[in-house]
Amino acid sequence: MAILVTKEGFAPDDWAEGSILPFDVLWTGQDLPEEGLAVEFPNDRDAADLRPWLARLELIRVAFPAMADGRGFSIARRLRAMGYAGRLRAAGPLIADQFRAAQRVGFDEIELPESVAGRQPEEQWRPRPSLSYQDRLAG
Amino acid sequence: MYDYADFDRAFVQGRVAEFRDQVERRIAGSLTEEEFLPLRLRNGLYLQLHAYMYRIAIPYGTLNSRKLRQLAMISERWDRGYGHFTTRTNIQFNWPKLRDVPDMMAALAEVGMHSIQTSGNCVRNVTADHFAGAAADEIEDPRATAELLRQWSTDHPEFAWLPRKFKIGITAAPHDRAATKTHDIALRIVRDAEGAVGYEVSVGGGLGRTPMIAKTVREFLPKAELLPYIEAILEVYNLAGRRDNKHKARLKILVHEIGIDEVRARVEAVFEERLAAFRGVNPGLLAEIEAAFAPPAFVALPTEDYARAHAEDPVFRSWVDVNCVAHRRDDYAIATISLKPIGGTPGDATAAQMRLVADLAEAYAHDEVRVSHEQNLVLPHVPRAHLPAVHAALREAGLATANVGLVSDIIACPGMDYCSLATARSIPIAQQIAETFADLDAQRDIGPLKIKVSGCINACGHHHVGHIGILGLDRAGVENYQITLGGDAAEAAAIGERAGPGFAYDEIVPAVERLIEAYLDHRLEPGESFLEAYRRLGAAPFKAALYPPEERSDAA
Repeated sequence: MAILVTKEGFAPDDWAEGSILPFDVLWTGQDLPEEGLAVEFPNDRDAADLRPWLARLELIRVAFPAMADGRGFSIARRLRAMGYAGRLRAAGPLIADQFRAAQRVGFDEIELPESVAGRQPEEQWRPRPSLSYQDRLAG
Repeated sequence: MYDYADFDRAFVQGRVAEFRDQVERRIAGSLTEEEFLPLRLRNGLYLQLHAYMYRIAIPYGTLNSRKLRQLAMISERWDRGYGHFTTRTNIQFNWPKLRDVPDMMAALAEVGMHSIQTSGNCVRNVTADHFAGAAADEIEDPRATAELLRQWSTDHPEFAWLPRKFKIGITAAPHDRAATKTHDIALRIVRDAEGAVGYEVSVGGGLGRTPMIAKTVREFLPKAELLPYIEAILEVYNLAGRRDNKHKARLKILVHEIGIDEVRARVEAVFEERLAAFRGVNPGLLAEIEAAFAPPAFVALPTEDYARAHAEDPVFRSWVDVNCVAHRRDDYAIATISLKPIGGTPGDATAAQMRLVADLAEAYAHDEVRVSHEQNLVLPHVPRAHLPAVHAALREAGLATANVGLVSDIIACPGMDYCSLATARSIPIAQQIAETFADLDAQRDIGPLKIKVSGCINACGHHHVGHIGILGLDRAGVENYQITLGGDAAEAAAIGERAGPGFAYDEIVPAVERLIEAYLDHRLEPGESFLEAYRRLGAAPFKAALYPPEERSDAA
C-alpha cells in the first residue's frame, strides 16, 4: 500500500480508495459526486483544463511517472496560481530530496510507492532548515 | 566583483552538508544508483573514463586571487596539481576520489565557490562576456543580470527537473564574445528607441548533434520584466519539451518542431499571467548586486615606459598586439593569458600557474581574473604602465604565448584521453595543429582564425561554430575526422558547413594545412580574414584544397 508523506511524517492514505476519478470522467461530463470530488491528473495535460472544476475539487492527484520527470512541478504551481485551494498530491517515486521543492510549488503531500518508502524511512523526509534564493529575491 | 553575502555562504554550506548526507544515504542503500545519479550530477560530479570528474562553477567566469589560489590548493591536495578551464567558463578536475569530494566542496565554500548545477537537467552556470566591465563597447556590465539569474536559478523548485540541461548566455555589447546564440536562452542587453535598457531575448540555440542558432523570441523586454519572462520560457519548455529521447530533449528541438512563432505565442501567454503576479525583485538586493559590479578604482599611471617597451622590445610588442585589446580607458588594457602553449593541452593550468596569475591580478590588475569560453584567462583591468611587468612574469611561467585569436588558440574538448563519451582524440589534434604552425610570426600573418575540435557528436569543442571545425568520429574502430567550414559563434552566428568525406588521424592536420594555404593564396589582402575570405568565395576553393583531384581518382 502506498504511503502518504506530509510535513507531519508518514501516514496511510486517508482518501477513500477508488474515489479519485480519472480526468476523462470530468471531461466527458458524467455525473459527479456532490462532495469529495477528487481527480487523477496526468502530467501531459494543460492545467487550465481543470479550470471549470477548480472550486469544487477537493483533491488533485498529479502523476509523476518518474522522479526525473519534472512536469508536475509546473502543473502544481499553475494550479495554485489559478486559485486552487484544495489538497494537492504528487503521486510517484519521488525521493526525499525533492520533498522541499514539491512543497514550495504547492503540493501538500506525496503518495509514495511502498518500495521507495521502505528504502527511505520517515526521518529522511523530515523538514530540514533550508534557504531559498527565490524567497530572498522576492523580498 | 560580487562578494558573497552571509546568505550565499550559509546556502553553500547547507549544500555541502546535504551532499555529504546524500553520499551516506547512497552508501547505506537508501538511494539507488539511479536515484543518486542526478543528485551527484547537479553537484558537478561525473563518472568519467578513468575516474570521477569534478566540475566547479565559475559564475560568469569571474574570479579573484583568493578564489584562484584556493583552486590551486584544491588541485594539489585532492587532484594532480592542475585544472582544466572549460568552454562554459567552469573548471574541471579530472582525478578526484569520491570520498574526497565533500571535503573539496567545503574548501570551495570557504571562498564562496561551489559546484551547484554544473551538470544535470537544470539551469546551468550562466555565462557572460569575459570582457564585461572592461570593454569599451558595452551598454552596461552584463554580470549584474548574470548574478541575478544565478541567484534566481539556484535550487529553483519548479525548474530543477527539466527535460534536459539548460544554458543561458548574456552579452551587453554589439560584438558577441560570449557565443550567446549557442545557448538555450541568449540575452543581449540593448537600448530601445527611447534609450531605455532592456533585453533582446533569443531561444533554442545549442550545439551537440543537432546544432541550432538561437532565434529571437522578443525584440525588446523591459529590464524589470526579465524574471517572469525567463520563467515563462522555462515553464513552456518544462511542460512541452520532449522527454522520450534525450537527444531530442533540448529547447532547440521544441523550437524546431513547433516553430518560433508558436513558441512565442505560448511564452507570451504564460508571461502575461506570470507578470501579473510578479511583484518585482527586492530593490535593496538588486541595488546590492548592481553595486557589486561597479568599476574598480582606476588609477592614472604614466604610460611612457610602456610605450618605450612596446617600441623597443619585439617580444613584448607582439604579445601586446596579439593578446591585449582596448580597455574602456586608454591607459588600461584587457590582457588575455593564453592557456594554449604550443604543444600543451588547451585550457589546462597548473597550480603554480594559477598562483602566478592570482599574484599578478592582485599586484597589478585590481584583483580580477576572468575565464573565457575560449578557455583562456583574462586580466580585465591592467594599467598599461604595468604591462611590461605582467608580461615578464607570465613569460617566466610559460604563460606568455602570443597567440590569442590565432590558428593555435584552439578550443578542444577533452576527447578520448579523458572522456567516456568521446569517439576520437581531440587534444593531440589541437597540439599537432599548434606545432605545425608553431612560428608566431607565421600565425600573425594567417590572422584571426578559430579552429575548434570535438571528439564526438556532442560537440563540447564547439566545432560547429569554428571557422574551421573538426569533429572526431569512430568509423568501424578507426578515428575519422570531419571538417566543417565557415562556422561563427559571434554576432553573425552561423553553423559551419560540412566540407566532405572525413580524414584519418594522420591526414587531418595536413588537410588543415592545405585549407590555410588555400586561404593565403586566395585572400584579397592580408587584412581579409579566413572567415571573410570564406564568406566571399564560398566553399569551392577550400574543398578543392581539401580534396585534390589526384586523391579523388585514387579513392574512386
